[in-house]
Amino acid sequence: MNLDPSEEQRLLAASIERFVERDYAFETRRRIVASPDGYSQDIWRTMSELGVLGLLLPNAYGGFGGGAMDAVSLMQAIGGALIVEPWLASVALGAQLVARGGSDEQQRRILPAVSEGRLKLAFAHAERPARYTLAHVATRARADAGGYVLSGVKRAVPHGAGADLLVVSTRTDGGDSDAEGLSLFVVERDAPGIALTALRMFDGTRAADIAFDEVRVSAQALIGAPDRALMLIEEVVDFATALICAEAVGAIKSANDATLAYLKTRKQFGVAIGSFQALQHRMVDMTIEYEQAKSIALLACSAVDTERDSAVRSRTVSAAKARIADACRKISQESIQLHGGMGMSDEVKVSHTFRRLTAIAQQFGDADHHLERFAALS
Amino acid sequence: MDLDYSPDERSFRDHVRGWLHDHLPAAMRDKVVRYAPLDRDDLLGWHRILADQGWIAPSWPREWGGTGWSVVQRYIFEEECGYAGAPPLIPFGLAMCAPVLLEFGSDAQRRRFLPRIYRGDDIWCQGYSEPGSGSDLASLRTSAVRRGEHYVVNGQKTWTTIAHLADWTFCLVRTDAAIERKRDGISFLLIDMKTPGITVRPLPLMDGRHEVNEVFFDDVEVPLENRVHDEGKGWTVAKYLLGHERMNTARIGTSRRELGRLKAFAAEQRKNGKPLIEDPRFRDKLSRVEIELMALAITNLRFLDQLNGGRTPGAEVSLLKIKGTEIQQALTELMLEAGGPLAQVLGPVDGTMPDDDFLAALAPRYCNMRKTTIYAGSNEIQRNIIARHALGL
Ligand SMILES: Cc1cc2nc3c(=O)[nH]c(=O)nc-3n(C[C@H](O)[C@H](O)[C@H](O)COP(=O)(O)OP(=O)(O)OC[C@H]3O[C@@H](n4cnc5c(N)ncnc54)[C@H](O)[C@@H]3O)c2cc1C
Repeated sequence: MNLDPSEEQRLLAASIERFVERDYAFETRRRIVASPDGYSQDIWRTMSELGVLGLLLPNAYGGFGGGAMDAVSLMQAIGGALIVEPWLASVALGAQLVARGGSDEQQRRILPAVSEGRLKLAFAHAERPARYTLAHVATRARADAGGYVLSGVKRAVPHGAGADLLVVSTRTDGGDSDAEGLSLFVVERDAPGIALTALRMFDGTRAADIAFDEVRVSAQALIGAPDRALMLIEEVVDFATALICAEAVGAIKSANDATLAYLKTRKQFGVAIGSFQALQHRMVDMTIEYEQAKSIALLACSAVDTERDSAVRSRTVSAAKARIADACRKISQESIQLHGGMGMSDEVKVSHTFRRLTAIAQQFGDADHHLERFAALS
Repeated sequence: MDLDYSPDERSFRDHVRGWLHDHLPAAMRDKVVRYAPLDRDDLLGWHRILADQGWIAPSWPREWGGTGWSVVQRYIFEEECGYAGAPPLIPFGLAMCAPVLLEFGSDAQRRRFLPRIYRGDDIWCQGYSEPGSGSDLASLRTSAVRRGEHYVVNGQKTWTTIAHLADWTFCLVRTDAAIERKRDGISFLLIDMKTPGITVRPLPLMDGRHEVNEVFFDDVEVPLENRVHDEGKGWTVAKYLLGHERMNTARIGTSRRELGRLKAFAAEQRKNGKPLIEDPRFRDKLSRVEIELMALAITNLRFLDQLNGGRTPGAEVSLLKIKGTEIQQALTELMLEAGGPLAQVLGPVDGTMPDDDFLAALAPRYCNMRKTTIYAGSNEIQRNIIARHALGL
């Protein structure tokens, strides 16, 4: 066992911390969220300069070849500062699908551009009745004249409107919920036949509904073999789920820090409210919750990096996400309650952290979904 | 012992239910059940329908327009309104200022304000909380200094619900800063919101809607005749009001309606190809809330029965508030869960309507309902009250 971060991990964490302090104050974030695109090009450029856009990409294509464990400090910072830029969507989902499943040509064309900040990706997967079931895909891709024709509707694709390229899950065979018959394609976001509605999400992030109406792509747009994409999708979504758990840990820390500071400074009845035992015990429980959340998140990040048995990997990720979802709910609700009226205000950061934690609790599957998956894999 | 209503109470309930069915406008109800924002017209519109029927102020004495109903009938009426999806009435005039005027006001004050409150001519707001004084209300600092026939008011109130729509506010102010016991220097003033020197600033909440405000008082002149009860007796007035919280703090009717809505919604949502409501994990959670609500309805009736016997309400109001708000919050949480991943969408960036406005309202509503355990005496303060006054701890 070695629980110390490596030298590189330490350096990266320190530079991310400086970046957040310098460039991502809460007021800055508020302006970014309200801006037309809902993210900042400047921040994206800075992230590229920091090297975090290439953090997870193969060395051969300009990346650092890192894994989830290398991204823990970044994800915690994203959670802590409520960073809305599309790092997870582009680097950990879209580009990972290409990096793990794409041809050499696709990787060469796409990955260096991602790591240099010239290209953003989004994973267009979710559909209305799917809920959290990854295999549910009704969007069809039909072979035609040496290429494919895509039709269907993807819902609330994270950062879909800001992306240059979409990785689209489609059904090339079978019924809507079959495990077999899924295929992934790389599609230009403004290809003819795509209609996109940019959406505001309640946690301040952006997404898009994307309708594909007879969108033509070449055979070279296919990622990997046809009909076999579910394994890759599961692998990459597990990876992103482990990362979002680490993001939650950062957000939980931020909510706890804010609440603790408030307990120490807010005075009622002539004393700091933190002197009331009824509140002390709740703060203690929040602290315990943070430690448990952090542990399970690290376990999941380690599993997606090193576990070869996909069932064990998925089981660990589901354990983490189920536990993190509970922690998200508890911490978010308690942090508002202990702030009193102030917690309800849009003007304080903790109410935004509340929203992000609420969203994370359900992203990539809520507690019920992952409990079920955990039990099924046990 | 009989846990059901008496035949008379049942026929009263059926009467109210039938009347609501005929008189609650469908458009109003629709807004309520779809969590759409309610504007001044919705809130006052419903107020006036009830006023026309003579049912707007059941608990007032008959001479002022009260209905003469028993405690149980009043409870039945409020719960039926909640269950039917009637817009909530603005409580500040009807259920807060009016009882105070009836108990402590001068004849002139009653004649001046009560008929207007009854008809819904004025919207009132409650100016209690200040930035430094929430749970510890008695520490409030907004000052009122006598000058001739006026008080001159200076200071700041905060979290003031609907101050931006209000015509009048009732405020707790400090009229004597020198007094040792903080509660003895407080007075209760009625202030016209159009008085020069009052500034209302919106305080956006995390659901994005405009509901509460900061209210600044800068040399605001308030006629002495607008003080209720004696100078320095404001705390007595405020405490009286707390004791007279309406008995529907538990909001059983509203929660019953929300529970029904949740079941219907969960039947429409699909999980693994089946209706979500059939998912045992989800159904267990829903059932637990329903069972808690069933018990609370009886707890509520048991307390009402004691009140009928002439006892004044005590710490049980705190219990009803704690359990009632926990149930309301649990229901919004399950609603959000049922909505699944797409319930995170607020709507298109271009400001057009979301294609499913009910789904889009779930997350903001979940956020908004966190307030219920904070305001009207936080649930922690309610627990302190039970500990001290009911349990002698
Ligand atoms: C949406 C909304 C609408 C409101 N509308 C109005 C209105 O119209 N008019 C009005 O006057 N006010 C209004 N309020 C204010 C509300 O009454 C206060 O928020 C409430 O009294 C709590 O005060 P506070 O916010 O200052 O929190 P604080 O009193 O600072 O409390 C912070 C935390 O400490 C806890 N705490 C405090 N004291 C103790 C103790 N002794 N033991 C244990 N725990 C304790 C609280 O429960 C809370 O969790 C509204 C508030 C909200 C959120």
